[in-house]
Amino acid sequence: MINISEVMETNKMIEREHLDVRTITMGISLLDCADADLNECCRKIHDKIYRLANNLVHTGDEIARQFGIPIVNKRISITPVSIVGSSCCKSSDDYVTICRTLDQVAQEVGVNFIGGFSAIVSKGMTRNDEMLIRAIPKALAQTERICASVVVGSTKTGINMDAVSLMGEVIKATARETSDRDSLGCAKLVVLCNAPDDNPFMAGAFHGVSEAEAVINVGVSGPGVVKHALQQMDERGLANFETLCETIKRTAFKITRVGQLVAQEAAKRLHVPFGIIDLSLAPTPAIGDSVADILKCIGVEQPGAPGTTAALALLNDQVKKGGVMASSYVGGLSGAFIPVSEDQGMIDAVEAGALAIEKLEAMTCVCSVGLDMIAIPGNTSAHTIAGIIADESAIGMVNQKTTAVRVIPVVGKSVGDTVEFGGLLGHAPVMAVNPFACSRFVSRTGRIPAPIHSFKN
Amino acid sequence: MNNQRAIITVVGKDTIGIIAKVCTYLADSGINILDISQTIVQDFFNMMMIVDFSKTDKEFDQIADELDVVGANTGVQIKCQLEDIFDKMHRI
Repeated sequence: MINISEVMETNKMIEREHLDVRTITMGISLLDCADADLNECCRKIHDKIYRLANNLVHTGDEIARQFGIPIVNKRISITPVSIVGSSCCKSSDDYVTICRTLDQVAQEVGVNFIGGFSAIVSKGMTRNDEMLIRAIPKALAQTERICASVVVGSTKTGINMDAVSLMGEVIKATARETSDRDSLGCAKLVVLCNAPDDNPFMAGAFHGVSEAEAVINVGVSGPGVVKHALQQMDERGLANFETLCETIKRTAFKITRVGQLVAQEAAKRLHVPFGIIDLSLAPTPAIGDSVADILKCIGVEQPGAPGTTAALALLNDQVKKGGVMASSYVGGLSGAFIPVSEDQGMIDAVEAGALAIEKLEAMTCVCSVGLDMIAIPGNTSAHTIAGIIADESAIGMVNQKTTAVRVIPVVGKSVGDTVEFGGLLGHAPVMAVNPFACSRFVSRTGRIPAPIHSFKN
Repeated sequence: MNNQRAIITVVGKDTIGIIAKVCTYLADSGINILDISQTIVQDFFNMMMIVDFSKTDKEFDQIADELDVVGANTGVQIKCQLEDIFDKMHRI
């Protein structure tokens, strides 16, 4: 039987260490909503999402109350819209119309985001893929709760450099369209390489075509819990790596078990099968809920100091090792997130001059997911952004992992300024970008071939 | 409620009659107590009860709300959570 110290430990994690379930994301297939008529397609999309997800928020809140664990977000991911709209959309504006329908139904069912205004173009773009991509700036400017993502490469296909180059322009255009809101649109737009089909975390969530009709995916969190466990561990003196790894693993196990419980309950109550648990440590701007703080506990003065990449690699691996045993199905991104604006410790490191984009890029080699929520000067060129995307995609492609870029070229801001996004998106200092050009490189058309899968020395 | 077990935790400054008040409420609501443990840490009262909801006709939310009121009247914080969350976290 459960004893009092175990109960107190769990409740301490929830009350003082920010343990929460970050998101319950319902994946919904919209493949059967395709129609030759745009209005009919929109109606079908609206009705299907409403029918399946109308109880999502209520059920999430009920589980949170009964188990006493906060469930921060209730969200939806959908089949990439470029596919759903391919028979009815004749122009980018048609895709914007679908996006507005999605925004409306998101509001009606009460979720804060729907992810899946997406196109998967890792090898080539169809006409419709391109229309959707070109619709993104307008679509994100005219809606509130929609997240867009574009998959530009994979280990199996290589990198579609035409799409990379186009995304440089699209990110700039999105920043311009939302310039009155500190270019907020770009915070809802992510460019991915090797994107998983079952990721519950925004902005890169979509319901892949390999998925079932509907599933429940859950993203757990708890950087604060790991941090406290490490602090406690070191109270008895500087622990060795074995103890360090063991502590992270144990904590990750406990955190993930809560996620597994919530996922199973949600699946049961919503009559939708359980998909996966995403083991990512996702920070929030709240003090103490920070991956950067864990790195500091492991022993670097600031994230960015030498040793940071190794510390992060260790953290990421131990979280997976602990989490994998706690859940039957693990998927999504599963790793430590290192967004800048959403993590107070990362913001501090940037402001202290400890952390630059180049070091962040190195860190993305060993963790999920990529250059995330980084504000860059508004005058950064589309070519330079395309170069950043190409670099990050190459890391993902070669290392067979998911990588992503979510940068915000904030119109009218330059290095030294700060941008306020509000809520979970936090605030960010504008970071310097390498000023040298890569125009000739990204202007070449075609694609970078897939890497060789043998001779791995 | 169907056959479900919950954990009630009571935390606050120690005063006379905390257990009595909580138990009276549970008895009046038809909730069976299966186990109680209690400690005092630096003048702070910590109690945990494992209870069985199967005989009560009250809904979980109502019980949680009413326990809040009992807690407020006694100057302690009372939380009610389904047992599964602790079981899952601490047992393999």
